[in-house]
Amino acid sequence: MSEIELLDHPSQEIEEINEEELSYWKDAWLRLYANRPALSGLIILTFLALCAMIIPWLSGYTYYETHLELKNSPPSSTFWFGTDELGRDLFTRIWWGARISLFVGVTAALIDMVIGVFYGASAGFIGGKVDDVMMRFSDVLHSLPYLLIVILLMMIMRPGVATILIALTITGWINMARIVRGQILQIKQNDYVAAAWMLGASRWRILLRHLIPNAIGSIITTMTLTIPAAIFAEAFLSFLGLGIQAPIASWGTMASDGLPALRYYPWRLFFPAGFISITMFALNLLGDGLRDAFDPRLRI
Amino acid sequence: MKHASKNTLLEVENLHTSFSTLSKRVAAVRGVSFHLKKGETLGIVGESGSGKSAMAKSLTRLLPPVSARIDQGKVYYKGEDLLLKKEKELCKIRGKEIGMIFQDPMASLNPTMRIGEQIIEGYALHYGATSKNERKQRALDLLKQVGISEPASRFKQYPHELSGGMRQRVMIAIAMISSPSILIADEPTTSLDVTIQTQILELLKEIQQKEGMSIILITHDFSIVAGFCDRIIVMYAGEIVESATVEELFSSPKHPYTKRLLQSIPRLDAPFSQKLYSIEGSAPDLSKEIKGCPFAKRCPYAIDSCYDQRPKSYSISKSHYAACSLFDPHLKKEREKEKECLTPF
Amino acid sequence: MIKRYLVRKFFLLTFSLFLVATLTFFLMKAAPGDPLIQEQAVPAEIMKSMYAHFGLDQPWYVQYVKYLKELITWNLGPSFKYEGRTVNEIIREGFPVSFTLGLEAIFLSLCMGILFGTIAALKRSLWQDHVAMIIAVIGISVPNFIMATFLQYLFSMKFAILPVARWTSVAHSILPALSLSALPTAFIARLTRANMVEVLQQDYIQTARSKGLSTSQVVFKHVIKNTLLPVITYIAPLSSAILTGSFIVEKIFGIPGLGGWFVTSVTNRDYTVIMGVTIFYSTLLMITVLLIDFIYTLIDPRIQITKAKVIKE
Repeated sequence: MSEIELLDHPSQEIEEINEEELSYWKDAWLRLYANRPALSGLIILTFLALCAMIIPWLSGYTYYETHLELKNSPPSSTFWFGTDELGRDLFTRIWWGARISLFVGVTAALIDMVIGVFYGASAGFIGGKVDDVMMRFSDVLHSLPYLLIVILLMMIMRPGVATILIALTITGWINMARIVRGQILQIKQNDYVAAAWMLGASRWRILLRHLIPNAIGSIITTMTLTIPAAIFAEAFLSFLGLGIQAPIASWGTMASDGLPALRYYPWRLFFPAGFISITMFALNLLGDGLRDAFDPRLRI
Repeated sequence: MKHASKNTLLEVENLHTSFSTLSKRVAAVRGVSFHLKKGETLGIVGESGSGKSAMAKSLTRLLPPVSARIDQGKVYYKGEDLLLKKEKELCKIRGKEIGMIFQDPMASLNPTMRIGEQIIEGYALHYGATSKNERKQRALDLLKQVGISEPASRFKQYPHELSGGMRQRVMIAIAMISSPSILIADEPTTSLDVTIQTQILELLKEIQQKEGMSIILITHDFSIVAGFCDRIIVMYAGEIVESATVEELFSSPKHPYTKRLLQSIPRLDAPFSQKLYSIEGSAPDLSKEIKGCPFAKRCPYAIDSCYDQRPKSYSISKSHYAACSLFDPHLKKEREKEKECLTPF
Repeated sequence: MIKRYLVRKFFLLTFSLFLVATLTFFLMKAAPGDPLIQEQAVPAEIMKSMYAHFGLDQPWYVQYVKYLKELITWNLGPSFKYEGRTVNEIIREGFPVSFTLGLEAIFLSLCMGILFGTIAALKRSLWQDHVAMIIAVIGISVPNFIMATFLQYLFSMKFAILPVARWTSVAHSILPALSLSALPTAFIARLTRANMVEVLQQDYIQTARSKGLSTSQVVFKHVIKNTLLPVITYIAPLSSAILTGSFIVEKIFGIPGLGGWFVTSVTNRDYTVIMGVTIFYSTLLMITVLLIDFIYTLIDPRIQITKAKVIKE
């Protein structure tokens, strides 16, 4: 075979690039920015996160001090969100609870991501028998009713944040693993991977340089959508009395405490319930927006 | 109407169609006018992006409803402007008067519906007074006509059980069942093997001769139109640059684009070391407005006025038209002057 | 080939159930505390005989085998906390109630979800689409117990239109069914919309239109079937969601269903009931999944398990 010669060609023959270059991330961000609902979701979340960080420091009350004479009082200028049955300021407790709920949600999602990405990428990348076995295992695990197992676990372990995290992530990673594996399988088929392979790239390089970066979009999206599921699960557990113990409160436990008092002191339920809903709403809007922003099919 | 005669079936005047994407509006069809006579086969040739598919779908308003828009123009079918008709009236024309077959027969058939049902559907719509048996019989007749063996068993099968060529035959049967006067074939052979291509084209020719139908064949492949069409229209960047009979186009192409397009078809009898020819530059961005001739930037014969004014369609013979200022008699003197200036020392 | 498929799935099912049963058993054994502790102090002799009666004095592996044997005969044992009631009885009483409620919720979700999703898809990018989808996001964001309490507060306490709790008439089932169906409706709506949008972009829709079919004819004859096929596979996780949702909804509305019993047994640490109900629900869910899988392969002609391959020309 003869050597490859470089031909000289006048610049006019090379096809012009008509559009301005857009990197993958810039394109995704532009699309997200144009998506009003998603953008509002992002703004709401940022606001909530900031409040959760700052307000507990600034508030004049702590989350545990009781004012028994003022218990169960409705929202007023002294207690913006009212007080609970022990006279504690609900406004402060809401923002302490925000820290807990958000922390649990985000951490659970992160753990799910780490396990899921590792598991799914390995299965998809190695392929063949190993992939088969790994997927069978996760399928069986997935077929077990999730919430039931969680409840059982919560009952036998000591209550606390660590327990909740373990319970939430024990099967939560399967969803992420499936999505990552699907992405890897899809990307593996692309011609540019074959090209890299032919040019002599090692398997590691292909994995790190081509497969994972192109799957990051899905990973981020799935993570964003896992957080509300985790927050919901935590609130659900609290409702069953399996959540965080007093005096620390998450939104879930506060909602659960507020339920029996619904008729006469509705604010005790509505504030935590409202914040749970708003947070999940914002996260879902953002997650949807991210999914659309990273979708390669929508690229023009 | 320019070509109105008893024989003219379809007359298109100044058709403009555009699509809106996330951020901009793309003008896909930019002022197309042509006519179609009874019984003739018209070929529409162009690169991808030339607007030929969009134009074909505009004829019966088959475009995606939200993103596409016919901005202006007239499409006269048997004297009536289709673009002014209500959707309900158009539904009576689609399938019955004007049939269409598409490029990818696998994607164009409903994967969860049996072949027979899909064939009968259109017929039941336009000839509602027929009985179930009559319809089934007609479908079976058509399956036989398009060359499918064992039509009775094929009738009950699903699209994925057939091969590519057979599916395209089914598409033809679907289009033919209500005996339309015009058949629009949008790249019918592009996704098929070469041997099957020939079979499908021959089938179309056979049907046309039998039914006296007019065919509009859309393709990017010159070799297909050569043996199949009576007249050819060449499209570029949403406009018609040349139209002529088959003999005229191949023996003496006039428009610079057509000439180069024909030149870039690789020849089996060319010497091995000869470089493959390709046209310099690239097609214009259709989301921006184009003043003047769309081919000017890539054309060696372009003069200043080519960039300012869109060229008219100049007649080279009774049936041969080219939209290029090369054929403008008034500009002949200017050209000679420029040529002198450009002549090397 | 269908036989092999069924056999394989059956084995998978049995294995999963075995796993669940074992898991549940060991989890319960690992739980701290004594299942037989009563409020008042009980003399040691009586405790000993109670232990013997329940077989709790045997080593764990003996208990395990006994447990499995009883499971196969579908004897889920007695309740530790409620004198004289067996788990089977509790299930027999509570399940029909939950089942009725669940069916109502499934029916509601399917109807409303598909309706909303279809409207959104057909009016894509117009206001109907945006409104429908915002409602859907609210549906998946507001946890069902919050939805339940909100509805209860609004319709029963503030404006006494519907009954607050209990299960004595059809009207009693409206609010609980609505609360249960909020999340699934939203999911189904989004799924339907996404599927329908994709189907509408397919080439065969173009073919259908070119035959002369009107929009509504195209939708009914081509779009709906291909859109809804994937929705059928959603029925399995749908049942699961409604099942777990029922726990809290039944508690909030005071409905004497199995979900409510389960919650009570969790609070009371009534271990046999917890185990029994867990096994029962798991079996139910897994059988549902298997059934849906099977039905789907029957309906979608593309994945016929028994049909022949492509016939060449």
